[in-house]
Amino acid sequence: MVIHNHDAFLSNVAAHLGRPRRTSGVKRPTWSVRPQDRVFAGYSKEELIAVLKKQCQAIHTDVVEVKQHELTQALTDTIKRYEGKTVIAANDKRNALYGLDQFYEQLNEEIDVHIWDAQLGKENQIIAERTDIGISFSDITLAESATVTLFNDKHHGRSISLLPKSFIAIIPKSTIVPRMTQAAQQLHMSVEKGKDVPSCVSFVSGPSNSADIEMNLIVGVHGPIQATYIVVGD
Amino acid sequence: MSIKLGDMSYQDRIEKGIENDFMREAVSSAQGRFRNGRLTQAEELGDWEDWRQLGSEIRTHTLENLDYYLQQLSEQVSKRGGNVFFAATAEEANAYIKKVIKQKNGKKVVKSKSMVTEEIGLNQQLEQMGAEVVESDLGEWILQLDEDPPSHIVTPALHKNKEQIRETFAEKRGYDQSDSPEELAAFAREQLRKDFLSADVGITGCNFAIAESGAITLVTNEGNARMVTALPDTQITVMGMERIVPTWEDMEVLVSLLTRAAVGQKLTSYVTSYTGARLEGEIDGPDDYHLVIVDNGRSKILGTEFQSALHCIRCAACINVCPVYRHVGGHAYNSIYPGPIGAVLTPLLDGYDDHKELPYASSLCAACTEACPVKIPLHEQLIRHRQIIVEQEKKSPVTEKIMMKGFAQWASTPAAYKLSTKLARTALKPWTKDETIKNGPGPLKGWTDVRDFPAPAKQSFRAWWKERKKGVNQ
Ligand code: SF4
Repeated sequence: MVIHNHDAFLSNVAAHLGRPRRTSGVKRPTWSVRPQDRVFAGYSKEELIAVLKKQCQAIHTDVVEVKQHELTQALTDTIKRYEGKTVIAANDKRNALYGLDQFYEQLNEEIDVHIWDAQLGKENQIIAERTDIGISFSDITLAESATVTLFNDKHHGRSISLLPKSFIAIIPKSTIVPRMTQAAQQLHMSVEKGKDVPSCVSFVSGPSNSADIEMNLIVGVHGPIQATYIVVGD
Repeated sequence: MSIKLGDMSYQDRIEKGIENDFMREAVSSAQGRFRNGRLTQAEELGDWEDWRQLGSEIRTHTLENLDYYLQQLSEQVSKRGGNVFFAATAEEANAYIKKVIKQKNGKKVVKSKSMVTEEIGLNQQLEQMGAEVVESDLGEWILQLDEDPPSHIVTPALHKNKEQIRETFAEKRGYDQSDSPEELAAFAREQLRKDFLSADVGITGCNFAIAESGAITLVTNEGNARMVTALPDTQITVMGMERIVPTWEDMEVLVSLLTRAAVGQKLTSYVTSYTGARLEGEIDGPDDYHLVIVDNGRSKILGTEFQSALHCIRCAACINVCPVYRHVGGHAYNSIYPGPIGAVLTPLLDGYDDHKELPYASSLCAACTEACPVKIPLHEQLIRHRQIIVEQEKKSPVTEKIMMKGFAQWASTPAAYKLSTKLARTALKPWTKDETIKNGPGPLKGWTDVRDFPAPAKQSFRAWWKERKKGVNQ
């Protein structure tokens, strides 16, 4: 793809910096401090789950912890609580692993379940917009900020966690890390290894909100109005 | 809009601000809440000074190698199917964006909050070419309906109360419900959903561009940036050229500083990093992607003593502690960048001619410098601006320079400022008459009569301003 005007622009930047243009050889220095590594260092998964649960209260997000065989019941309960008549979920490899393929098939007999289907193109977005509940697996979960990190791709559209009224994140316990530092490290390392990062990495912490009207917190301005995390032992 | 909000004089703007009781109270309470949030989060995180140090090191290194990182960014974006346009001026940026929209036959543009597009006056340009432009951030949408400029970097509609918002919705969109924030927001949600789904083009700003992979990171609570970047088929990101970090790891540090310093949150509801056009088989995201990198006066700041002003991550922490901002509100700065950072940046970007009063809009209490998460020495830069202004106007007696130096030291920490408040009354005696400072030395000169400076005196700012208006203090 095209890059316009970069020579003149970047030469001007270098000139103002008082040196010739640098096109290679720049190394990031070793920073004098790294406070980010110290946050929750050495915490066990259980301790991190406790951190996550506490933070969920601050971000208006319900959280439950279940064993793997209890996952489908927890999903059923949450869907009922949200009075969901329609559900959209990613076509995630983990669906099979967690018995969700079967679960969604059964659920489809009672309510409408749509599994993201790349073949259908934009139709997926239209369905997501009409749907009550979106369900995604978290790829990396940040305990400190109670954030699920979603690597979006053709089987996992961004619309799933964005357009429906409610959002459910399934959090495999193994995905929990102390904070954003570890997610960023993972992405940085992939780049270093020459791997492509996803076209969209979404860090999602609870429902959408705003404080734009007289500083009152209003939940659900554009995205989901309510969110539940289901932490699954694995 | 451009960087300058209008032609009204600073004097009139300040008066308007001071007379607006609702605004002043809203500003004051918002300042308190944001400031407390920031302090609580900083304390909870621990090692706040180490975090600031790290933030400052990352920004310094990046700016010093800006040409290198911008090149790396542009190559990565291009590799991922995006087009990159380097725009030296606002005109070049606007012309390119208009060309893209025209080629796509774009009728409706949906935007996520972006200061740089305000700076270059993009909306008017797009409207002139016949496109409908919708600001999707709730605060920005309210202001757009009301044709009012923003007054705060983080909460742009801070100066409006819910009754005024209800009225605007009723008048402009036939809204007929109550003024409860929930109902108002639900109405906005319903209205804006239609725009997100029908827009041909999405335009966003950029919090941090990640050079190593070409990803653009946007930080929001509402999720409107996700909507704007996921739904329309053509996507344009407009970034000030300094809004860049070398790697994902550096982005993470600065996002952590930004959300804490801005709103006292560990992270906002959404932090979204998207790269170029959608990949094969993907449905969300654009199939046509453009990154516009804007200079518009920024390069002139590089290599000067003001370079670190470009480290700013637009968190508004400096604004939230500024006593002058508290009294006069955002519009008084006549710039889309208000508060201490606005007072530093606006004259750098737009020249002194229209803004020479701005560097005086500070009590030099240094609270801004202490609050800044990337350690920009804001009050020192304000003093330097004043020196330059005085020198340019050939009104620069040596004594004044000495005075300013002493002043900077005196005011360099809030603690020292507080301690010396009493002393200041004595020190300023020669310039003080009837408990107000008539024509103070150095930083007290000029319009800065219009600031909280009678802090050392007994009078309140408001009372003092009133008297000043009556001519008591002329
Ligand atoms: S100058 Fe510092 S405190 Fe002010 S907005 Fe910029 S980063 Fe934040």
